[in-house]
This record gives sequence, structure tokens and C-alpha cells, in this order.
Amino acid sequence: MAGGPSKEMLAEIASRPGRDTLISSIVKYVFILLSLGFLAALLFAPLATVFITALSKGWEMYFESFKDEDTLAAIRLTLTVAAIVVPTNTIFGIAAAWAIAKFEFRGKSFLITLIDLPIAVSPVISGLVYVLLFGAQGWFGLWLQEHDISIIFAVPGIVLATMFVTFPYVARELIPLMQQLGNDEEEAAITLGAGGLMTFFHVTLPKIRWGLVYGVILCNARAMGEFGAVSVVSGHVRGLTTTMPLHVEILYNEYNFVGSFAVASLLTLLAVLTLIIKSLVEMKRK
Amino acid sequence: MSFRQPSILPGFGLTLGFSTFFLSAIVLVPLAALVMKTATMGWSDFVRVVTDARALASYRLSFGASILAATLNSVFGFIIAWTLVRYEFPGRKLIDALIDMPFALPTAVSGIALTAVFAENGWIGQHLAPFGIKVAYTWIGVVVALTLIGLPFVVRSVQPAIAEVQRDLEDAAETLGAGRLTIFRRIVLPTVFPALATGFTLAFARAVGEYGSVIFIAGNLPMRTEITPLLIVIKLEQFDYKGAAALGFIMLTMSFVMLLSINLLQAWSRRRMVAAGR
Amino acid sequence: MNVFKRSTLAACLGMLTLLAGCGSSDDAGRVTLLNVSYDPTRELYREFNESFSKRWEQEHKQRVTIKQSHAGSGSQARAVIDGLDADVVTLALAYDIDSIQIKGKRLGADWQKRLPDNSSPYTSTIVFLVRKGNPKQIKDWPDLIREGVAVVTPNPKTSGGARWNYLAAWGSMLRTELGGDWSKLDDPAAEQAVAAAQKKAEQYVTQLYKHVPVLDSGARGATNTFVQREIGDVLLAWENEALLAIKELGPDKVEIVIPSSSILAEPPVAVVDTVVDRRGTRQIAEAYLRYLYEEPGQEIAATHYFRPRNPAVLERHKDQFPALDLFTIDQVFGGWKVTHEQHFADGALFDRIYGGGSPGK
Repeated sequence: MAGGPSKEMLAEIASRPGRDTLISSIVKYVFILLSLGFLAALLFAPLATVFITALSKGWEMYFESFKDEDTLAAIRLTLTVAAIVVPTNTIFGIAAAWAIAKFEFRGKSFLITLIDLPIAVSPVISGLVYVLLFGAQGWFGLWLQEHDISIIFAVPGIVLATMFVTFPYVARELIPLMQQLGNDEEEAAITLGAGGLMTFFHVTLPKIRWGLVYGVILCNARAMGEFGAVSVVSGHVRGLTTTMPLHVEILYNEYNFVGSFAVASLLTLLAVLTLIIKSLVEMKRK
Repeated sequence: MSFRQPSILPGFGLTLGFSTFFLSAIVLVPLAALVMKTATMGWSDFVRVVTDARALASYRLSFGASILAATLNSVFGFIIAWTLVRYEFPGRKLIDALIDMPFALPTAVSGIALTAVFAENGWIGQHLAPFGIKVAYTWIGVVVALTLIGLPFVVRSVQPAIAEVQRDLEDAAETLGAGRLTIFRRIVLPTVFPALATGFTLAFARAVGEYGSVIFIAGNLPMRTEITPLLIVIKLEQFDYKGAAALGFIMLTMSFVMLLSINLLQAWSRRRMVAAGR
Repeated sequence: MNVFKRSTLAACLGMLTLLAGCGSSDDAGRVTLLNVSYDPTRELYREFNESFSKRWEQEHKQRVTIKQSHAGSGSQARAVIDGLDADVVTLALAYDIDSIQIKGKRLGADWQKRLPDNSSPYTSTIVFLVRKGNPKQIKDWPDLIREGVAVVTPNPKTSGGARWNYLAAWGSMLRTELGGDWSKLDDPAAEQAVAAAQKKAEQYVTQLYKHVPVLDSGARGATNTFVQREIGDVLLAWENEALLAIKELGPDKVEIVIPSSSILAEPPVAVVDTVVDRRGTRQIAEAYLRYLYEEPGQEIAATHYFRPRNPAVLERHKDQFPALDLFTIDQVFGGWKVTHEQHFADGALFDRIYGGGSPGK
């Protein structure tokens, strides 16, 4: 039934390691070439555009961009938002993945789909829902106004919108991984008398470490890079409620291409952070 | 059949309770606001808004381009993930770290940069133009933008799964004379499939709602290169919150149905595999 | 596990920062003002705010910080309706401030009468930006629909500036058809001639949008498409945006063409009553807007390419602002409310150009 090479041929290939290595290396280079080609067109070229523009007037101008007070305020705001959103969503993600992957219950696919939903919601809508809730015309608008609390067009609104947008990432990264790993080892640990937390930290966590790392990295990247949803709830007040992505747009619209792409290039530093985190995790393993 | 099958593992109530609570607070209550807003408009108004010729054309583009982008991502995402996990080559670690960039870069920047690259005077666009291929300001541009923003989903979902595929199992199969395709089909694919399906689902879901990067590269001509999120923004610009909510609701429902079917399919295939494995 | 301790710590720190941010109120003797504006005024208000702060401090011995917010005019109006606490709004069209009044009830219905000149301290108009040397020989409105000419203009449904572009095109064609005599619009005897002219204008605008390859969502996006991506032969733009684009993006690449007639774009300003009364900033907010009409304010507007109302200031900058036949929206279209319903609402004329959303379908 298999549409591949015949049994005899396979046997022959298997018995001739030299030939096999040849095919192996052909496959390897084809894969590497395909990967690089795809990434070059889609990812590296745009990234290069960002850097070339940012540096088009020299390093001095590049660093000059970061002396602007509003730019610094935007960077601070983005870091603050990420510092609140990422840990919260990580804790949620682990809890949800444990419940979903380790147990069989009805409505599980439904629950997973609900967790997925924020990804499917257009950023425009994710901002809008908070306006509908907390805006002056919204459900809680009057109450908030009476108590002089601002959510929309202030930092809490930006945090909420970011939390909504990045909500699924950790959970979604962990669920398939934990499902695929199965329960055997955990069950063994529990049978041997280990407690729940101990089982999680000593049996589960080492196995899902990579998934968790990826989940947190993605969640963080998305939290720092989100534009659409935040744009709706931010109010765009310079130096107060503009995050880095919004500030990038502001600078771009001021024809300050160098400054704009310099701030954008700062976000690519996250890749360096990713490298460091991954090396740290790898080192610990050894 | 009871609500859940018995298990000796602890923490079900706690973790499920906590995640449902958090889910409700962050996701369900806000989305309820959207549904309630939609409900304030009459049925006939609702039907008129969501079946408008321009809305229908925009669904076709948004959903069609998203499926295409998610498919492209599944194929190339798998290849990239495989390459990054299995092969050693110079610059591998750096490339691995750069995979998340489409998330970290604000969508507007991705859109502007992609347009610069693919416009007729851009690095890649100028080489495509002689063949009559126009990417920027056509539907192909939409697909390109959506592929870029969805890429990390597939790669990052599949990577841990490929790392988990047991090399010794593959080696054993190879020693036993199994061909590459057989190994791929019988050993690699079953292990990677759930992750790949997740990646596809998420890349698709994200693409459908994307706004920031697409408006720069799409051309935004009504009936031709206008995506649904843009129509929502247009409604908002006219202070038509109900119309915007209605379109948002339709997108949400369609995405929900597609996500749910893929998740059900995945649950089913997992059960089948577990059954086959025993 | 230390990972968790660390993340909890980070979360707590974040919360603290937040609270700290909320707690720090203005120092005594210092006042802040929020000006919510639209995209093309960034450079103008940066300079104007500095000038006003100095003046205010001299006269009242009080320091003032003016915060700026810029985005598309429509979405800014929406933000104010939804609770953004703007002391003053300085937007692209009166329709947007009308909306704040009607939907948000945040200022009085008579807002446009409170300041001189329809509450527009400066004006602009719609002109053409073409490639250097004007290779397609574009001189006036009819040239835009010649074979092979591609026109870049943003989407009127998402951009305030684009609405002015649309109306400038429509009005100029109408003016030609009516022989330049606007009085015919109100003359019952000329009803048929006017109807025929309106028909011509509609045909012209329909033709025009068939020549548009890209509809950007905002004015600056369209400028970038035209200048950076080199799409199209002519860009319809605010005069101030066109002059700024030449300065910022390259006098060697593009040049301005002034058509024979165009619309007088009047970007309005207003004090948001509910906000200034609650914050106690009415006096300074009103002074801020009045300063726009005073000579220093007018001078700053002119250096940022907005046409000043003050004749003396205009005279000083007359090289920059060539004379052309200007008509107003009230004169030709009967005000923003009617214009919006007839042209830009869902299923109205603009939608019909693209064949979608016609209500009778």
C-alpha cells in the first residue's frame, strides 16, 4: 500500500550505509535550503529593511533616537505591561494545561476552543470589547466615572487588552505537548507517594520545559509587539499611554523613519533574549 | 458516563476551576459585551449588515487568504522546525531565535517592511515584476503578510514535538528496513501531527483577524482587496458600533466553528491513536 | 520553585509601578492640558505648545504642560466620546466634533459659533503632488481621469483628509459645469441645470476612483505609498501635507501642482466643556485656543504650511500659498451632516462607486 520504494530496494538501501548517508545529506541540504529561502524572503528581508532604515543616517542618529523622553516613556510602559501580563498568563497556562492534558472530561474540546478564541478575535475587536465595557458609554462607564477610575485610555486598559491578546499562548503551547507525553510517569510518582506539587515540579516540569520556554517567549513577544488592540484603548497620549509599537507608528507618521525603525529594531533584541534563555535552560540540563 | 473519567492524579478541581474563572474574566465577559452589543440591533439590520455584498467579498478574502497562509505555514513551518531541531549548520541558533520576530515586531512595522520589499521597486518585487507577478497591493500581498504573522505558531508548536520524536525508534525502524516515507508516516507524523494541527489552527485563527500589517500591503480596494477587519474599522469610523460588533460577531462565530471542528478532529485522532497503541 | 517566586515578584513590582503612576498628581501651581488632534498637526502643535506655555507662564506665573494625542480624526473623536479626557479637540472636520457633541454630549451644540471663522483658526486646501518635472502633464482636475493616469488618495471612509479630497474633486467639477456661478445652487429656475451638473460631477468622481490603485487608510499612509513605493502619478493631498512631504521626503522627487479651484478645508477646534469644567481648566483651555488666532499662533500655523486667517500673516507668506478659487462645504454641499449622509454613509454615493452596499440590492 505504501507508495514509496519497494521492500527490496529499502532492504538494499538499509544494507548500504554509504548510499543512505548520501540521501540523508541530500535531504538535509534540501531542507536547509528550503528553510533559508522561505525565511529569507518572508522574514529576513523585512528585518533587514528595518535595520537598514534605522541605520541609514549612521549609528549616531540611531542612538540619538533613544534619548527622546517620549521614546523612553514608551519603552518603560511596554516593559511594565509585559511584567504584569506574562507571569499572569503563564500561571493560567500551566493550570489550564494540567487540567486539560492530564484528565479526560466532557467538553474538553470546547474549552480548548474558548482558550483559542482571543487569537481569532481581530485586534480591532479585542480593543473594542473593553471600550464597550469600560468606555464612557459602556456598561461600567458611569460607575467608573463616578468613582473617578480610569481604565480605558490609561494603563489598566492597555494591560487588559494585552492580557486578552496574549491569553492563549502558554496554554496552547503546553497542551499538545503534555497530551503527547501521557500520564504514566506522573501516575507512577503519585503511586509512589509523591505529592501533587512535587510530582509537577520534579516529573512534569522537566519534560515540558521547552514547551514552557517557547510559550513564555511567544507570550512575551506578543505582549510587547501588540499594536491593534492597544491602539484602540490607548488614547495615544504621547509620553503617557503610548507603548513601543504605538510610538513606532507615531514616529513613522512624523516622517522620522530613523527613529521609528530604531525603536522597532529594539524589539528585535528580544531574539537575543530568546538566545540567552535557551542557552540557560540548556546549561541547566547539563 | 460521568463528567470526567477517574484518575489518580491530583489537582483537577483546582486547575480547572482557576482556569475557567480566569478565562471567564479575561475572555468571556468582554466577548459577552460584543454579543450583547450585536443583540441590540434588530434581526433584519443584522442580516443586512453581515450579508452586504462587500462584507461577503471580504469574508472570501479574509478566510481564503488565511487558509492559504496557514497551509503554507504548515508545510514550511514543519520543514523549518525539522531543520532547526535535527540539523547542525552555521547560524542555526540565531535563526532559531529570530523565528519569534513576527510576534515581537509591531504589525504595522511588518506591513511597512513587507510592502517595501515586495513593491515593484522593492528587493524582491522588482524581480517578480518582469514575470507579471504583482505581490504588493494584490491578494497575494495579503497572503504574504498573513503567512509572516502566522509563522511562529507552526514552528514553535512543532519544534518541541519533533524534539520528542525518539531517534532510537527511527533508527530501529531504519535498521528493520523501513523506508524514509514509512518512517515519516508511521513514526514522525503521528508524534508531530497534534502539534502541527495546533500550529495550523492558531496560524489560521490569527490570520483571519489580522489588521495592522495587511492594510499596508493590501491596496484596500472594496470588493477586491478589502479584508473584514478593515470593514469593521470603517464601521467604527462612522460611529456605527453595532455594525462593527455585528461583523466582529460573525467573524468570531466562523472562527469558533472552524477552531472547534479542528480541535474535535484532533481529539478524535488522539483517541484513535491511543486506542491503536494499546 | 524560584521561577514562580520571580514571576510573582515581577507581577507585584508591576502592580506597584502602576499604583505609583496613578498616585502622582500634578504639583501645585502646575497645570496640564490634553489636546486631542489629528495626524497632520503634529509638527504644528509641538511648536505652538512651546510658544503658548512660555506666554502663559509669563502672564500667569503658572507652568503648563500640554500633552498631545494624534491619530486619525475619526478615531480621535471616538476616543473622546468613549471617555478620553481631552481639554481641547483640534480635528480635521467639523463632522467629527459634531459627533462628540451629539453622541458624547461633551460640549455645547453651539461650539462652532464660539470662536471666529467657524472655529477654524487656520485653513488648508486640496492640491496635487506629482512626480518631479510633471511627466504626465497634470494641471487640473480633468487631467486626473485621463487614460493611464493613476491617482493615490486614501479611503474617505477611514480618513478625514480623504473626504476633503473627494469633495474637492466633486465641487471643482460642479463648479466647471455651473460656469463658476454658485448662486445657481439656490436658484429654483436653475434646478435642471444643477441636476445635470451634479450628474456630471458624480460621473467624474466615479471615473476618478477607477484610477485609484491603492486606498490607504490614512493620509500619511497614502503619502508614503506615493513617495516611497512610487505608486501612482498624482497624490491628492492637503496643501500642508504636500508642502511638508516635499520638505521631508525630497524636493528632488516630487512637486506641487495647484488646480484652478479646490475646497477650503477648515479644520475646527473646540473646548470640551464637560472635561474643562470637571478639571477646572476652562480658563487656560480657552486661552489656548484663542492664542491660535493671535499673531504668534497664526505665524506658527503659517510656518507649518497651514493657511493663516490673519491677512497680515498671510501676506507675509503669500509665496507659499498661491491664490486659487476656493469654495466651502456649506456653500456647495450644505454642511457636513447632509454631505455625510449623501456621500459617505453606508450605501451612499461613495459605496455605490465600488458597487457594494447599495440599499436597493
